Amino acid sequence: MATLQLKQIVKSFDDTQVIKGVDLEVNDREFVVFVGPSGCGKSTLLRMIAGLESTSDGDIVIDGQRMNDVGPADRGLAMVFQSYALYPHMTVEDNMGFSLRLAGVPKDERRQKVLEAARILQLEPLLDRKPKALSGGQRQRVAIGRAIVRNPSIFLFDEPLSNLDAALRVQMRIELARLHEELDATMIYVTHDQIEAMTMADKIVVLQGGVIEQVGSPMELYHHPRNRFVAGFIGSPKMNFLDVQVVEAGAEGVSVCLPGGAVTQVPVEGKDQRVGASLELGIRPEHLVLDDEGALTGQIQVLERLGGQTSLYVQMGELMVTIMADGDVAHRVHDKVNFGFEAGRAHLFDADGMALPSLHQHPLAGLRRQDNRVSSEASDQ
Amino acid sequence: MTTVRNKQLSSTPNAGLATATQAPGRPLVTTVNTKRLLLTALGWVVAGTIFFPIFWMVLTGFKTEAAAIADPSLIFSPTLDSYIEVQQRADYFKFAMNSVVVAFGSTLLALLIAIPSAYSMAFLPTKRTKGTLLWMLSTKMLPPVGVLVPIYLLFRDFGLLDTRTGLTIVYTLMNLPIVVWMLYTFFKDLPKDILEAGRMDGASTFQEVIFLLMPLTLPGIASTGLLSVILSWNEAFWSLNLTSSQAAPLTAYIASFSSPEGLFWAKLSAASTMAIAPILVFGWLTQKQMVRGLTFGAVK
Repeated sequence: MATLQLKQIVKSFDDTQVIKGVDLEVNDREFVVFVGPSGCGKSTLLRMIAGLESTSDGDIVIDGQRMNDVGPADRGLAMVFQSYALYPHMTVEDNMGFSLRLAGVPKDERRQKVLEAARILQLEPLLDRKPKALSGGQRQRVAIGRAIVRNPSIFLFDEPLSNLDAALRVQMRIELARLHEELDATMIYVTHDQIEAMTMADKIVVLQGGVIEQVGSPMELYHHPRNRFVAGFIGSPKMNFLDVQVVEAGAEGVSVCLPGGAVTQVPVEGKDQRVGASLELGIRPEHLVLDDEGALTGQIQVLERLGGQTSLYVQMGELMVTIMADGDVAHRVHDKVNFGFEAGRAHLFDADGMALPSLHQHPLAGLRRQDNRVSSEASDQ
Repeated sequence: MTTVRNKQLSSTPNAGLATATQAPGRPLVTTVNTKRLLLTALGWVVAGTIFFPIFWMVLTGFKTEAAAIADPSLIFSPTLDSYIEVQQRADYFKFAMNSVVVAFGSTLLALLIAIPSAYSMAFLPTKRTKGTLLWMLSTKMLPPVGVLVPIYLLFRDFGLLDTRTGLTIVYTLMNLPIVVWMLYTFFKDLPKDILEAGRMDGASTFQEVIFLLMPLTLPGIASTGLLSVILSWNEAFWSLNLTSSQAAPLTAYIASFSSPEGLFWAKLSAASTMAIAPILVFGWLTQKQMVRGLTFGAVK
C-alpha cells in the first residue's frame, strides 16, 4: 500500500507563489503523470513530495502520515532525476547499492538486491562499469535501478526521458510501463511531453501557473477537457479554436453559427447561454473531415505528408486551421477545400475559457491504462 | 620570408583553380607556426628570467665565500664548505621540521574549516553569500603589519609566542579566505542533483560531504591544499615576528644568516637552497595535480 494525499499545498519563494494550493489524491499502484508547460510548477511539486523542497503551507500525507517535516530519505520514496544524477566515481553496482550501504546492509545482501534489480533492467553485464562508460539509455536504466533497489513505496520521476533521443525515448516509455506492471508500485512522473503523459498515465494531472487545471484519465482529458487550456495542451497537433455565436440554446445542445454562416448544434449543456453570445468552438485536427459538402472552407497553405497521414494547414480568413487527413489525399497547396466535422466531436468554451459540459459521456473516458493492458495480454495468449 | 612569398603566390591572379583553393591555407599555417615559435620563445625567456635567481643561488651555495663575491662566473670548483658551516651553526632539520608541521598543520586545519563553509555557501546560498565571500577576501587586502601589534599582544597573553600552535593558527587564518574561495568555486561546479540523489538515498549532510562531495572534487581540494602548503611554507612576515628559536621555520632560518657578521653570500645561498629544496621538490612532484586542479572547471 502506498497512497499520497496533497492537501492545499503551497510553495512560495520570497513573495511569489509557485504552487498555489494544490489538492491531489494518488491511489495505491497508480501511475500519475504531472504534465504542463515549463514553469508550471510540476517539478517543484515533485520535489516537495520528495522532500527536497520545503512546503510553505498545506499537508503532504503518505500512507496516512503527515510527512512535511520528515527528511527525504525517511519518506520511503525514490527519485529518478532528469540528469540521472549518477555518482560518477562509483561503479554501476556501487551506484545502485549506495542507499543500502548507507543503511548498513551487509555486503552479501546488498549484492543480492543489486543483482535482482540489475536483472529486471538487464544491467548485469554493466555492473563493474562507471557511469562515464555507459550510453544515455544505460545511464537512465542505472538511475531507475538505483530507485528500485531502495524498494520505495512511491517512485518519483522528474522528466527522466527528456535527455534521450526520440527512438530511445519510445523504447524507455514501453520499458517504464512494463516496469510499473512488474513492480506493482505507485509512480509519479513529471513530463512536459503530452505523448508520454497520454501513453503511460492512469491519471494525468495538468498543471499551469501553479494550479491544477484538470485531473483525469488520458481519455477523459482528451474527450472532456475542462477548459480551453487543457483542450489545447492535450492532443497533437493542437486543437483548432473557432469564434462562433450562439444562435439557439436548448436541452438538445447549443446551436452556434460558424465562420462562413453555417449553423451546427453541439450537444453540450448550455440552457443559460444568451442568443448572440460569443463562444469558442474547439475541434481537433483529427476530427475535421475533408468533405465537399462541408460547412467550412479555406485554402491550403502548407501540406505535410507523413505517409499514413497528411497534415493540412488551411487558411480560413484570419485563422489557420490544422486538419489531419488521410495519407493519400490528392490535394495540393493553394487548393480550396471544404471540410466539416461531426457536431458531437466539437467542444464549446465560454468567455472564461471553461468548457460547456458535454451531454454525453464518451464511452472510453473512464478507460484506464490497465484496461488496455488486460486486453493486450488476452490477445497475446 | 616564406610567409611573404606564399602570400604573393596566392594573390597572383593567374594561379590555377587548384592552387587558388589550396593557397589560402598555406600561409595561414606558416603564420600560425611562426606565432607559436615566437610564443614558445617568449615562454622560455619568461621562465628563464624567473628561474635564473634560483639557479644562481644554487650555484653560489657551492662556491667559497671568496668566489661568491668575485666576478660572476659559471666555472669554479664546487665545494660543500658552506653547507657544512651552515649546518654547524644551526640545525637545519629542526627548522625544516617546524616548517613541515606548521605548513601541513595549518593547511589541514584550514581545509577542515573551509570544506563545511564552502559546502554551505555553494549548495545552500543565501542573499548574503556573495557578500560574505567578498568580505572574506577583503581581509587579504589589509596589510598584515596593521594587525601585528594586537596579534602579538594576544599571542603573548595566551602564551602562543614562539610555538608551532600559534604559528599554525596564524597561517590557518591567513589562508582561510583563499581556501574557502577556491573550494567554493570547485564545489559550485558539482551538479546539485548528485547531492540530492545522495539525500534521497539516505545520506546525512556529513555522509554527503564524505562519500560524494569530497571524492568528486578531490582534484580541486588537492590543488587548494597544495597552494595552502606552499603559501604557508613561504610565509616570512609572521614567522619572523612571532617566533624566535623554538618554533622558527625555514624562513627564519634563512633570515638568521643575513645579518650579524655582514653578508656571507655563499652561506646565505646554501641555507636558502636547503630551505626551498623541499617545497621545490614537493611542487615539482605535484605540479600535474596543481594544474589539473586549477583548470578543473575550465576543461571539464
